[in-house]
Amino acid sequence: MGNYQWTIADLLSYMGRNSDLLWEYFVTHVIMVLAGVGLAFVIGVPLGVLCSRNEKLARSILAVTSTLQVIPSLALLVLLMLAFGLGTTTVVVGLLLYSLNPIVRNTYVGLKQVNPSYVEAGRGVGMSPMQLLFKVRFPLALTYMLTGLRIAAVIAIGVATIAPLVGGDGLGREIYSGLNGQNPLRIYAGAIPAALLAIVADLVLGALQRRLNLSERKSSRNGSKKEPSASPTV
Amino acid sequence: MIEFQHVKKVYDDGFQALKEINLEFKKGELTVLIGPSGCGKSTTMKMINRLMTPSSGKILINGKNVSEQNPVELRRNIGYVIQNIGLFPHMTIGKNVAVVPHLKKWDKAAIDKRVDELLRLVNLDPEVYRDRYPSELSGGQQQRIGVARAFAADPDVILMDEPFSALDPISREQLQDELIRLQEELNKTIVFVTHDMDEAIKIADTIVLMKDGEVIQTGSPERILRHPANDFVRTFIGQKRMDSETSIDIPIVDEVTVPNPVTIFPSRGLAEAIKMMERRKVDSLFIVDRQHKLQGIVSIYNVLDQYGEENKTVKDVMKPIGYLVRPGTPLPDAVKMMSEHRLTNLAIVDDTGKFVGLITRGSVVKHLSEVYPSIVDSLANTFGEEA
Repeated sequence: MGNYQWTIADLLSYMGRNSDLLWEYFVTHVIMVLAGVGLAFVIGVPLGVLCSRNEKLARSILAVTSTLQVIPSLALLVLLMLAFGLGTTTVVVGLLLYSLNPIVRNTYVGLKQVNPSYVEAGRGVGMSPMQLLFKVRFPLALTYMLTGLRIAAVIAIGVATIAPLVGGDGLGREIYSGLNGQNPLRIYAGAIPAALLAIVADLVLGALQRRLNLSERKSSRNGSKKEPSASPTV
Repeated sequence: MIEFQHVKKVYDDGFQALKEINLEFKKGELTVLIGPSGCGKSTTMKMINRLMTPSSGKILINGKNVSEQNPVELRRNIGYVIQNIGLFPHMTIGKNVAVVPHLKKWDKAAIDKRVDELLRLVNLDPEVYRDRYPSELSGGQQQRIGVARAFAADPDVILMDEPFSALDPISREQLQDELIRLQEELNKTIVFVTHDMDEAIKIADTIVLMKDGEVIQTGSPERILRHPANDFVRTFIGQKRMDSETSIDIPIVDEVTVPNPVTIFPSRGLAEAIKMMERRKVDSLFIVDRQHKLQGIVSIYNVLDQYGEENKTVKDVMKPIGYLVRPGTPLPDAVKMMSEHRLTNLAIVDDTGKFVGLITRGSVVKHLSEVYPSIVDSLANTFGEEA
């Protein structure tokens, strides 16, 4: 890199010239993250429900998921590569394992903090255990579950950049090409979109979380939006 | 209607929560289960909709054993009002009321119609409240919705678990009145749990008094008041004022006040004063300004003396207050003052001159009759001589 001088204009023109390829990397990046985090959500939420039912089980499940998260990402991906070979599958499984901890833990905590009197009211009016879960416990734990999803997404977007080392695609490819070719333009062309993606994911999920939180507890704003005629009467 | 046959409840740790309960709740009656905390009244109630299971014995509703029915179905056919925050905070008022009809899969038009009907039944305008969330309502309004929800699917049996205990006294009174009105209209079989004897006396058709997992006495409020079965019942009836042991020794004036002393603003006319006396059945009014500071007192005689003068207001005919006490004054001091100066009533005024309460001969005697049933006669005699 040494004496090679470049400007933002160079970066932009590079990105413009290679927009097709970068866009492709970006899309695969997003798909890998969605697949990994999505699977983690599908598996993690039931695990979280299980945890909330049984304290002993909770301790062992949470011990496993937090251990998984402590393994350095590169080491985890390499270990998985031994099982799944080179390719996107390895990356998605890696992201899944990484995302599990925040999702399981937040689901568990979210369900635990639901005021027991709501649960009793639900049982008392004749909800089946499933109805109780979907009509009362999940809605009241939703902000916590979204926090888990948010953390998982941000971590996964970062971890996915090392996918090329185990044969995956995504924005990491551009970064590693840049490293190998000592071309800072390519490094930035991969790193900046990845960083922006993480920031946007964080903001969007954060906004979603705030909106849902609002409708859950204090919703006069929501209420008056839906029913403008209702507010002036009081 | 509902029958308990030899029902016992023993917890895993060997604690006997209920010892052999035999009870009958009559159709269309409001039965109150009452007793000190831990007496098993809530446990008894929750066995009816299988939120709790008896260790032995049978519970029958209309002759059918509840333990042979699907608990979810059973609960949908029994209204349930929970202690305080039973409303789901993430659902609008309309959705909260509609929970049971929704679970029973009524069609949407029928549900909407029923929701409006129920909101009107508990005196809340559907247009205003239907789309609000519980957090936007006062405690009293929320519990009104809780009651409406229990009535939603028109169940024959309704269980209420200390529904009004977390409310302020005024809302509690209102809701009790409303419950009585609803019950007169709808004639449900209601099982109501409380620890407040005043509440029980006010609303119950039948009172079931429990202690340590046993039924001590069953009967109408009148019967229990007149013929308490034992000392426990006797103390429980009179317990309200005896809650804190210290207050028995030296009660303070604040505990002996008249509920709503009649006050009037200084600028009111004499005809208004008479009307107010007539309506509230009193012979004198306390005059307070907008800051609630006590200005004086006016009796019916003062008003009648000057009644011909149309331009006069109560301010012109009022008399200054001769005697008053501060909040926190021990009752014996106040009684002594009333006795010495032959006062029929005595205003309580705080340091800033605000009128905070009123004690009258009546309120003192009422207090004494509740606290010292045995010595009330002798004290009442003392008052009699002074009067």
